[in-house]
Amino acid sequence: MANSETPLLDDLEKGPWPSFVKDMKQAAVKKESARALLGQLEQSFVDNIGHWKHGGIVGVKGYGAGVIGRYSDIPDKFPGVEHFHTMRVNMPAGWFYTTKALRAVCDVWDKHGSGLTNFHGATGDIILLGTSTDHLQPCFDDLAEIGFDLGGSGSAMRTPSACVGPARCEWACFDSLNLLRTVTRTFQGQMHRPMFPYKIKIKISACPNDCVASIARADISVIGTWRGNIQIDQTEVLACAKTMNIQTEVVDLCPTKCMSWDGKALTIDDKECNRCMHCINLMPKALRQAKERGATILVGSKAPIVHGALLSSVVIPFMKMDPPYDEFIEFVNKTFEYWDENGKMRERLGELINRLGMGKFLKAVGLKPLPQMIKRPRANPYYFWREGI
Amino acid sequence: MATRTDFGPPDYETMLPPIIKKNYGMWKYHERVKPGLLKHVAESGDELYTIRVGSARLLSTDHVREICDVAEKFCGGYVRFTSRHNIEFLVSEKKNVDPLIADLNKRGWPIGGTGHSITNIVHTQGWIHCHTPATDASGIVKAVMDELYDYFGSWKLPGYCRISLACCLNMCGAVHCSDIAILGIHRTVPKLNHEIIRTKCEIPNVIAACPTGAIRPDPANKSVIVNEDRCMYCGNCYTMCPGMPVADPVGGGVSIWVGGKVSNTRSGPAFSRLVIPFLPNTPPRWPETVAAVKNIVEVWAKHARKHERMGEWIERIGWERFFEIAGIPFAEQIIDDFTLASETYRTTAAFKW
Ligand code: SF4
Ligand code: SF4
Ligand code: SF4
Ligand code: SF4
Repeated sequence: MANSETPLLDDLEKGPWPSFVKDMKQAAVKKESARALLGQLEQSFVDNIGHWKHGGIVGVKGYGAGVIGRYSDIPDKFPGVEHFHTMRVNMPAGWFYTTKALRAVCDVWDKHGSGLTNFHGATGDIILLGTSTDHLQPCFDDLAEIGFDLGGSGSAMRTPSACVGPARCEWACFDSLNLLRTVTRTFQGQMHRPMFPYKIKIKISACPNDCVASIARADISVIGTWRGNIQIDQTEVLACAKTMNIQTEVVDLCPTKCMSWDGKALTIDDKECNRCMHCINLMPKALRQAKERGATILVGSKAPIVHGALLSSVVIPFMKMDPPYDEFIEFVNKTFEYWDENGKMRERLGELINRLGMGKFLKAVGLKPLPQMIKRPRANPYYFWREGI
Repeated sequence: MATRTDFGPPDYETMLPPIIKKNYGMWKYHERVKPGLLKHVAESGDELYTIRVGSARLLSTDHVREICDVAEKFCGGYVRFTSRHNIEFLVSEKKNVDPLIADLNKRGWPIGGTGHSITNIVHTQGWIHCHTPATDASGIVKAVMDELYDYFGSWKLPGYCRISLACCLNMCGAVHCSDIAILGIHRTVPKLNHEIIRTKCEIPNVIAACPTGAIRPDPANKSVIVNEDRCMYCGNCYTMCPGMPVADPVGGGVSIWVGGKVSNTRSGPAFSRLVIPFLPNTPPRWPETVAAVKNIVEVWAKHARKHERMGEWIERIGWERFFEIAGIPFAEQIIDDFTLASETYRTTAAFKW
């Protein structure tokens, strides 16, 4: 047998966790580009450096986003990946699929690309990994034929995503998938045609567990919450007491110390509860959120580039989240407008708010200052009387 | 043929299994039956079983078809993926659960990732498909998950542990709020190619892109000069200008950050904090990185109280104690010197030896 051309990668075929190298080899049997990718990756493993050139603008008709241009910096050695562009394909909300739809995507991708995919990219899109420039338009046309559109990229709204929500989670405080559908449809233009200062993200989690990491990576974070009393089923509480220590595991870990347990009944001083979800997570049969439900809206989170990472902060403590979601869409529109008008190139919303002050943002989008917006008041005396005295 | 545009993704309602359509928004509670197996019960009394399977995220179309085969055999032709790259098989009939698990075991697909386990590592493209990485993504993830494999399919840990990886400071994905974040970092200043900078780059934008103001114009050359003392190798200038690459075979590597989370439970969302500023790129299996991650997981597992996440445990015992228990040498880079640095300095005389 001939010596393997990819001895380093071959090592990653071993071991119990699923191996991406196996998938690359599987695709390489059919596709020259996948074979070339395997070779170039092996080269990176040898050289300790990536082998892709800087960016490159490619796309499909009518869109400025959705395709990431990629060119090898060693095309002589690996002509199969000379151009190897990624297509970001907007996933169905909640990442639910029929196998019919999945197979159709696979067929299109076998026809036009490397046969390699990501299910899914970090933003949530289906990533179709690697095709040549001449295949982009035909591939998009075939995707359109089976009902799949492109996602966002560049200085555009990025593909929004949502947690599984009411499809399979009893903790959903509103219909995250329906809201996601509305947001995605409403802002197609802003997603497909980059015209903002930088990228902007909306992520939707239907309860404070925040399964899509909305508070860490969305310029506009939607997080489900409730008002009123947590519903307690004392019979189920007693059942829980048989398998867990309610005092140490639940009551003692409540961050606001608003619970008590006397061995017979659990009580919650709901006025003091900050709705962190800890107790409900641990006792899903016994505890349920209050009946009045909606969402908290927060803004400004992002990864480090450019001026450091930020978490989102509260701007609307409670918003009802019922279709057609006009109030939320209006808030998004006002936020986009403020950021578009005032943001510098490559300045995310959170950085803009830090530069110009939260007060200005609140005024621009028509929100009143509330104590729920801050962790603690300022400690410096450097404030303005902008309206005069 | 006129190209159709802006029609949006397929409607999720056409992708939902009948049991979910029927019980949409009417789930009552769920049980964690065993690692990787969830049981959701609806108000109607219907039961839905979810079997979660780890995946490499990078899948061939043939592999996706194999997933479809399984979903057709046991799940009526429906399947879903999670936000952490796992696959979920949704079973509406209890009698299909064990045969499905047996089938998955035969294929060698790992079942787990629910409850107090280590679930799939959210990660990025790395050398496979990005132009700014300081390290690879899929390779490290595979090596780490091979080593932590037992924690995926079991409940041996005190709480949740979310590991994420990003191959540069752009941090595609929310790695900066993970229990353990593996982050690619560069350590060398941009290598200037004046010819490219002159012809391809908007110099004012390049200057504005630098978070530390390290770049100034070089009018004589119609290019830029980088003040090497101020550069912290973030690569932001390279994003704006192909004439300023920062990647370097020796300079590139991995840093380790711990104690972040996104959920609001108990302590609230938090950033991960730097504990190891640099580990070398050592493909194919990055043994230094794997060992560092495993050590941190096991030290936490040994010392944390039940339900305590990494960051909650460390905040309870104090960071000075964490470095001691974990046996991690304290490096000067761990002390912040960026814009809000003083928030991280100790402003009390109360600390532990
Ligand atoms: S964020 Fe909350 S509602 Fe959404 S899937 Fe997670 S636990 Fe369920
Ligand atoms: S939700 Fe959190 S704060 Fe509220 S009672 Fe439960 S544990 Fe306490
Ligand atoms: S984290 Fe950086 S290098 Fe990695 S895929 Fe994202 S932008 Fe590329
Ligand atoms: S790498 Fe970052 S810090 Fe260094 S010059 Fe470029 S932008 Fe400035």
